[in-house]
Amino acid sequence: MKDEVASRKERAENLKGMGCSRKRVEDARFTQGKGNYVDDLKLDGMLFGDFVRSPYAHARITRIDTAAALEVPGVLAVLTAKDLEPLGLHWMPTLAGDKQMVLADGKVLFQGQEVAFVVAEDRYAAADGIEAVEVEYEELPVLVDPFEALTSDVVLREDTVDANGNPVDGAHGPRKHHNHIFTWEAGDKDPTAEVLANAEVVAEETMYYHRTHPCPLETCGCVASMDKVNGKLTLWGTFQAPHAIRTVVSLISGIEEHNIRVISPDIGGGFGNKVGAYPGYVCSVVASIVTGKPVKWIEDRMDNLMTTAFARDYWMKGRISATKDGKITGLHCHVTADHGGFDACADPTKFPAGFMNICTGSYDIPTAYLQVDGAYTNKAPGGVSYRCSFRVTEAVYFIERMIEVLAIELNMDAAELRRINFIKKEQFPYQAALGWEYDSGDYHTAWEKALKAVDYDGLRAEQAQRVEDFKAGKTRKLMGVGLSFFTEIVGAGPVKNCDILGLGMFDSCEIRIHPTGSAIARLGTISQGQGHATTFAQILASEIGLPADSITIEEGDTDTAPYGLGTYGSRSTPVAGAATAMAGRKIRAKAQMIAAYLMEVHDDDVEFDVDRFVVKGAPEKFKTMKEIAFAAYNQAIPGIEPGLEAVSYYDPPNMTYPFGAYVCVMDIDVDTGVTDIRRFYALDDCGTRINPMIIEGQVHGGLTEALAVALGQEIAYDDMGNVKTGTLMDFFLPTAWEVPNYETDYTVTPSPHHPIGAKGVGESPHVGGVPCFSNAVHDAFRAFGLRHTNMPHDHWRIWKTANELGLHG
Amino acid sequence: MIPAAFEYYRPKDMAAVLSILEEHGDEARVMAGGHSLIPMMKLRMADVQHLIDLQDVDGLSGIEIGADAIRIGAMVTQAAIIDHPDLAQTAPILREAALQIADPQVRYMGTVGGNVANGDPGNDMPGLMQCLDAAFTVVGPDGEREIAARDFYEAAYMTAREDQEVLTAISIPLPKGGYAYEKQKRKIGDYATAAAAVQIVKDGAACASASIAMTNLSDTPVYCEAAGAALAGTSVDNAALSAAVAAMLDDIDPTEDNRGPVAFKKHVAGVILRRAITRAWSRA
Repeated sequence: MKDEVASRKERAENLKGMGCSRKRVEDARFTQGKGNYVDDLKLDGMLFGDFVRSPYAHARITRIDTAAALEVPGVLAVLTAKDLEPLGLHWMPTLAGDKQMVLADGKVLFQGQEVAFVVAEDRYAAADGIEAVEVEYEELPVLVDPFEALTSDVVLREDTVDANGNPVDGAHGPRKHHNHIFTWEAGDKDPTAEVLANAEVVAEETMYYHRTHPCPLETCGCVASMDKVNGKLTLWGTFQAPHAIRTVVSLISGIEEHNIRVISPDIGGGFGNKVGAYPGYVCSVVASIVTGKPVKWIEDRMDNLMTTAFARDYWMKGRISATKDGKITGLHCHVTADHGGFDACADPTKFPAGFMNICTGSYDIPTAYLQVDGAYTNKAPGGVSYRCSFRVTEAVYFIERMIEVLAIELNMDAAELRRINFIKKEQFPYQAALGWEYDSGDYHTAWEKALKAVDYDGLRAEQAQRVEDFKAGKTRKLMGVGLSFFTEIVGAGPVKNCDILGLGMFDSCEIRIHPTGSAIARLGTISQGQGHATTFAQILASEIGLPADSITIEEGDTDTAPYGLGTYGSRSTPVAGAATAMAGRKIRAKAQMIAAYLMEVHDDDVEFDVDRFVVKGAPEKFKTMKEIAFAAYNQAIPGIEPGLEAVSYYDPPNMTYPFGAYVCVMDIDVDTGVTDIRRFYALDDCGTRINPMIIEGQVHGGLTEALAVALGQEIAYDDMGNVKTGTLMDFFLPTAWEVPNYETDYTVTPSPHHPIGAKGVGESPHVGGVPCFSNAVHDAFRAFGLRHTNMPHDHWRIWKTANELGLHG
Repeated sequence: MIPAAFEYYRPKDMAAVLSILEEHGDEARVMAGGHSLIPMMKLRMADVQHLIDLQDVDGLSGIEIGADAIRIGAMVTQAAIIDHPDLAQTAPILREAALQIADPQVRYMGTVGGNVANGDPGNDMPGLMQCLDAAFTVVGPDGEREIAARDFYEAAYMTAREDQEVLTAISIPLPKGGYAYEKQKRKIGDYATAAAAVQIVKDGAACASASIAMTNLSDTPVYCEAAGAALAGTSVDNAALSAAVAAMLDDIDPTEDNRGPVAFKKHVAGVILRRAITRAWSRA
């Protein structure tokens, strides 16, 4: 018996299934510089297109003269809105139900907006051609502030008003003003007002979650190739959602969907930046149709930072009420959302403010109300989810700051305040006041584990001493203990309420087992660095009993992969991962019948055992999955079709709700504003853990992007709408130098509705990390009277805080 | 980020460099490491129709340590400064400063000559060379001449070097006493929010002399003679430090940018200088 147990363990280890820190199969090519990115693609006769962009944030275009550009050697064509208009392609739909100019249609709404598309034999000629295009602008008043935009007489978008100048309805209902995009509400307005009016304690705060950008290492780009002989369009590109792109291209171009093949090759990071559709895609397709040649478009870094989808830019005003002893009774949140010139969010259609209504966080808040108003301004369009599920980073930042402000109001320890208000383990599934049903959680256990790991009481004692020393003139450094406890909402999502452009947000997996016991599985998702080829093979290895090393995972080719909504919002594991497990179970079910037939017993008399089916009670009688695979192709089994394949389309019954507890210990030099992160502890609970090594890597990456956003990363504009942070000199992208050591930890609370209990993890560290870093800065100054100061906490803003608190003598 | 078309030259000797410069006037530029010029060309902010790469020109890459002075060829990289053991002994401030420039990859390409010649107020070496009272050798159609670092910088990207001259070497009198190069930056690879170069000579318990220069706090590097003088003869106590800082603040003229507003920069400049002096004094 002992031997048999050992051998079972050994067999399981050989599979490298779930729970194994299997090395990433992708890294063999990535670490050798042998990845295949879209810009590596070279096709015969391939042309290169690039944009003339607007130097102004708001201007009327009075003239475009392309004659000189067409004289530039190597320049073949220059497209303007006038060329696209007959095709109906001068505007395109956004994923948020709005529409967006492909090329400037009479005016520009943000600096860097696409005005003309120069097509040339190579990118050098294209660059020279861009210089030679003459555009005359007539400057218009610039609106960079959403509050000003919502009261200004200046009409940014002529399609928002009727002939009399009155606002017309938008995609999400009536407009309050011509520059107003939508109002979105959740929760109970009047009861919340009543709770707040009668509360013992109310804390109020306004916070600006600044505009930033996902800034993937690889910028956006594509190659469009129209084969005029067979009428097929192939489009390679940096697409986080290749199938959705295929459908969008079909809808706007009129090319039948079977004649469009979209391929996402290796992608160098997405973080939400590569979900939506960009003018470059449309123009490349048109240029390829016009010229009959493949056309490549690749952004440079400035194009990417200045014009492709930004993130955040939320003005959030909160009121939170509690009893004197700290039990939260109500929460009110109003958001003014700056969307720039077009609403190009990539949210599920019914959620124009994403899942901002997760903003009650991890707390049992009985009554709450949220209202979000969207505004147009003269800034780049977007509003994507930068390493988070839809607007969840904003929501979690909001509640985690409100908790800290309430703790100040109550003169209470912020860790204790959280403890008092956490949703209790026995309350799950928990119905939140703003509409979501949290699937599972054990917040108290995670919180106590985290506080113990960092010796929380010891840190507070050290901090108190530091404050004394500071006041006594013995040190110029303050110490902050940043806390955050987050609940994510990922895995969008149930088709009943989640769709993008009407496409339900299910996902899919198709498995083919080969006769010799290896397999290929194709999914509707696409890795941008997450390691899907590694982890999805692990899910399958555990489900079907074939080694992960014998399973190829393929994504990103719409001609071969089953339809899916792509990878963003931590949806791959919750949705496609579930589809993978379910497809694997279909394989296993058929394998069981084959095994029973081979061993001449009834189906019910065999059971799955790691990598085989055994006869119940007689483990020496078995058929391995490898043997069964071969049998599927060489035996004529009565009543069973040959072959071993399965496909599953998984419509999740609910979202998943990963959570975590983070602590940051930070020292701050009050004279220079320089921060030093002494310690960062991150406990993540993502349910069942598929590959601990990849989880740890995801946590490191997400925390690093959180550090960036909290401490310096922003897209800043001046009053004229000029982007002040258009290069990596000013846009903060942390390197190994700026990044502290991270300590990772975990608890495991499986999702009850997910086939393998997994919840998703890639974005949690970003969601939880931003408030943690920010709270550390705030906490350092709490003893000196700071309630709130807006991010990013770069040197000069921290210095300003210290200065305003009178700490510079 | 594609530059306009340009002619590329890679001459073997200085005579050839000078003749190309003479032929094309201000349409030609020499390039050392290229880390400033190439980005400007890619942004099409610099229009260089004739680009002369200096990397094959003989005699520009040496580091010679003489009895009274150090001579550094214009094409010596920041990495070579960092890795030179004798230089680290004789002029350790060079290494300390070079280690705070950009990142290792850039330092393998970026040169000392390019750094001082470009006239970018953000560069670290110009202030450092003013602190060390270095002189720059330039060669042109009329032969060779030396220009003191303290006289070299006229405005941002404007220097005493004529268009047809090439900066070939830097000579630095052997530095004496304690040193420090203190720099605050937002991140690796960034220009200074404020930086201070300090050399300080101790005589008994008193400061015999001090030399101070500041970086990225004006449209040129700022040699702060008065700040140095404020330390001379003192025991570098708090009053002397305050006097030096006050003198320095009179000399700088920072402007607001993404690093912060003027008040912040002035405050940080004071803090950084104070720290630099304190560290240099502890080493004197």
